[in-house]
Amino acid sequence: MVETALRLTLPQHRARRLALAVLIPVGLMALFLELSGYSSLTTARALFEGAFGSGYAFEGTLLRACPLLLCGLAVTLCFRAGLWNIGAEGQLLAGALAAAAVGTRLTSWPVGLLLPTALLAASCAGALVGGIAGGLRAFRGVPEVVSTLMLNFVLLQAIGWSVQGPLQEESGAYPQGDLVAVPLPRFGDGRLHGGLVMALVITLALEVLLFATRIGFRWRAFGLNPEATRAAGVRPRRLIVGLLLGAGAVAGLGGGIEILGVTLRLLDGFSPGYGYSAIAVALLGGLRPSGVLVAAFLFGALEAGAGRMQRFAGVPAAMTYLAEAMILLSVLWVTRPPSRRSGGVG
Amino acid sequence: MDVSLFIADSLAASVRLGTPLLLAALGELVVQRSGVLNIGLEGLMLVAAFTGVATADVALAGGCSNSTALALGTGAALAAGLIYSAGFAVTAVLCRWDQIVCGMALNLAAIGLTGTLHRGLFLDRGELLSVETFEPIALPLLSDIPILGRLFEQSLPVYIAYLAVPLVTLLLYRSRWGLTVRAAGDNPRAVDASGRSVAAVRCSAILFGGLFGGLAGATLTLADASSFAGNMTAGRGFIALAVVIFGRWHPGWVALVALFFGAANAAQYRLQAVGLDGVPHQLLLALPYLASLLALAWSGGRPGAAPSALGKAYRRSERERES
Repeated sequence: MVETALRLTLPQHRARRLALAVLIPVGLMALFLELSGYSSLTTARALFEGAFGSGYAFEGTLLRACPLLLCGLAVTLCFRAGLWNIGAEGQLLAGALAAAAVGTRLTSWPVGLLLPTALLAASCAGALVGGIAGGLRAFRGVPEVVSTLMLNFVLLQAIGWSVQGPLQEESGAYPQGDLVAVPLPRFGDGRLHGGLVMALVITLALEVLLFATRIGFRWRAFGLNPEATRAAGVRPRRLIVGLLLGAGAVAGLGGGIEILGVTLRLLDGFSPGYGYSAIAVALLGGLRPSGVLVAAFLFGALEAGAGRMQRFAGVPAAMTYLAEAMILLSVLWVTRPPSRRSGGVG
Repeated sequence: MDVSLFIADSLAASVRLGTPLLLAALGELVVQRSGVLNIGLEGLMLVAAFTGVATADVALAGGCSNSTALALGTGAALAAGLIYSAGFAVTAVLCRWDQIVCGMALNLAAIGLTGTLHRGLFLDRGELLSVETFEPIALPLLSDIPILGRLFEQSLPVYIAYLAVPLVTLLLYRSRWGLTVRAAGDNPRAVDASGRSVAAVRCSAILFGGLFGGLAGATLTLADASSFAGNMTAGRGFIALAVVIFGRWHPGWVALVALFFGAANAAQYRLQAVGLDGVPHQLLLALPYLASLLALAWSGGRPGAAPSALGKAYRRSERERES
C-alpha cells in the first residue's frame, strides 16, 4: 500500500521530484489567487515577511516547525515500514496532556527532576496511544489506519475534559490548565526553547537509526516486502508494536515540548492539526528524517506567515490548508506509478 | 418534566442528530463495499455543507422563496458532493494514487476551500450566512399518536435518510449493480474476469457515496444549523466511518448504530445543559470512536466482516498476495 510514498525515496529521482512537488502547488496557488482577485506577489511578500521578515517572525517559523518535525518523524518511521500511522495528532495530544499533568501537579519536586519527568511522561503517553494501535494491529488484525484515526478524536475529547475537569486552573476561570512549573529553558531573551535542540538531535538519531543500523534496515525491508522479511526471521508483531510505540513516543514528546516550551499551559485546541499536516511533511520530506527536517521548516514558515498574509494581503489564512493539500497531491503525482506504456522501470 | 415526554423528546433528538451520520454512513458503506476506503468523507461533507448554505443564502438574497432556496441549496450540495467525490475517484481509483493520502488531502483541501470562500465571499464583506431551515413535516396519522407522535414531526432529510435504508439494502443485495459492487470489494479479480471494469464499478460507488455525503452535509447546514462555521463537521465524517465499521458493513445495522450515536450526541447536549457530576459530556462525544475501536478489537481478526479488498488499489498485472 505504501509503495507510492516509498517511490519518492528512490535516490535517482529525489531532488528533481521534490522540487517539482513544491513548485507545482506554488504555481497553482498563484493562479488560484490571481483568479480570485488577489495579487499573488503581494501575498507571497506578506507570507515571506510573516515567516522570515524579522527575528520575531523567524522565531515563529522555527517554533511552528518543531511539532511538525517531531510528528513528521513519527509518521515517517511508520510509513517506512508500511504502517499507516495517521494518529500523530492523537499521540501529540496525549503527550501534551501528560506533560501538563506532571508539570502542574508534581510541583513539589525539584526542577531538575521535574522537567525530565514531564518530558518522559509525554513520551510515554504518546507511546501508549501509538502502542494501543500497534497492539490492535499486531494481535487483533485491526487496520492501524482506522485505529490511529479514531484515537485522535478520543484524545481530543480527553483534552477537552481535562481542561474543564481534573487539570483546570486553580482559579477555575477559564477552561485551561495552570501554568506549568517547569518551562523549558530558553535561549537568551527570545522565544526559542531547548526543545528545538532535542528535536534536531532526534532527527539526526533517527536518520542514523533508519539508514545505518540493522534495525532500521529491517523496518525498511518490512515496508518493502513483509513476506520476505518475515522469511528472513523478523517477527512482525514485535516490529509493528515496537514501531508504533516508538513513533508515538516521538510525537508525544512533540506535544510535551509544545506545552512546556510554547503554550506553557494546557489549552483546548492548542494544536492546529500538527499531526495531520505531518503526513504532508513526511511525504514531502521523502520519508527521510533529513528531508522531513527541510519539509517541516517549509511548513512552519507557511503556517507562521499565514497570519500576516491574512492581515496585509487580505488572503484568508485558511488558504494554507489548501496549499498543504496541493502539496500532498503533487507529491502523489510526481511519485505516481509508471504508466503501462512507458515501460515500467522505476 | 413528564417522563414519557422527556423520553419522546430525547428519541426525536436522537433521530435528528443521527440523520447526517446515517446519510453519510450509507454512502460510505457502498463505497467501502466496493473496496475503497474514502477517508475524505469528512471534507466532502464540509464542502457540501458550505455549498448548500451559501447557495441557499444567495438565492434568498436574490428574492427566491424559502422553499426554492432550500431546494437550490440542497441541489448545490448534492452537486458539490458529486464533484468532490469525482476528484477522489479520479485520484484514488483512476490514477491509483494511495487512497488514504488522497482522502487526507481532500480533508485538508476542504478546510482550506470552505474557510477561504467563507471569509472571502461572506465574512470580509460583512455578510453573515443565514437561511431558514427545513420545516418539520408532521406525518398524517403517525404524528397524532400520543407522545410518540413527536418522532414523526421531522424535517425532510430525516425521512429521506430512513427511506434510503431499505433502498440501499435492496440496491446492494438485490440488484446487478449491487452484486458487482460487493464483488469489487471482495474479489475484484472475479469482476475483472467477468468482463466488467473494476475501476468503473468503484467510481460509480464513490459517486453514489458522494451524493449521500452531499445530502449529509446539506442536512448539517440546511436542516440543523441554518448557518456555517469553520470546520463545522467537527469529525462527523469520521464518526460516519465508525458507524460503517460498528454497523459491520450492513445498511440495517448502520441505521441502528447511527441512531445510537445520535442518541449519545443528544444525551451529551443534555448533559452539558444539566451538568451532572461524575459523567463528563466529553465521554459521550468520544463514545462513537471508542465503540468502533472496541468493535474492531472484538471482530478485527475474524474474516467476513470487512470487504477483503478494502483499501487496496486493483492492478490487473499484480500477483495476488497471500496475507
